[in-house]
Amino acid sequence: MNNWKSSSVVIRHAVGLHARPSVKLTKLAKTFAGAVQIAESPDGPWIDAKSIVKVMAMKAKQDSTLYLRASGGDAATALDALVTLVERNCDEDRAHAASG
Amino acid sequence: MQANDKVGIVIVSHSSDVARGTADMVRQMVGGDVPLGFCGGNPDGGLGTDVAKILKAIDEAWSDKGVAILVDLGGAETNSEMAVEMLAPERQGKVVICNAPIVEGAVMAATEAWGGASLEDVRRTAEELSPQ
Repeated sequence: MNNWKSSSVVIRHAVGLHARPSVKLTKLAKTFAGAVQIAESPDGPWIDAKSIVKVMAMKAKQDSTLYLRASGGDAATALDALVTLVERNCDEDRAHAASG
Repeated sequence: MQANDKVGIVIVSHSSDVARGTADMVRQMVGGDVPLGFCGGNPDGGLGTDVAKILKAIDEAWSDKGVAILVDLGGAETNSEMAVEMLAPERQGKVVICNAPIVEGAVMAATEAWGGASLEDVRRTAEELSPQ
């Protein structure tokens, strides 16, 4: 489990990793078999990205860097998918436009 | 009554508006794949909870993996307990009432349920929110 692959991404969304993006990130993390963890610093503390309560409690802010690491056979795919999700602002622009 | 691989979520509030609004949040934030039932208000349309409505909501959210109930104040919990006691014996062991805030707990529980977690894990996730 300590054979981690790592990545990072800057959170651009105006309100950071708030409720709805947290749910999206957690749901995506849960689709991978290996461990997926996130942190606000490259040194940790690392939290389980599959735990909705912990992800939401992190309250990662706009323009902060989100550090990600994953292990297991699908680690690279997991990191790629999660970074892409955050880069897309968790598809929140569309959600906000839709809700006016 | 169809088989489902995800734990169902039931929302029981004194207010039908709170129940519907909480269900809307679950639907919009987590999606439609988690079995969901909700009810609020007494049979006359006022504030309160009703055992028959709770039983119907449990039936709507039924999953063989179990059902987690989120409640608001006192009577919602006692009436939910009564509803669980009225279920068929083979169902009773598959329903839990979570000690968690109703809105936040419902969203957290549904997110955990979405991933295919067990009933016990769904309940623990909702209850992680409560002050220790």
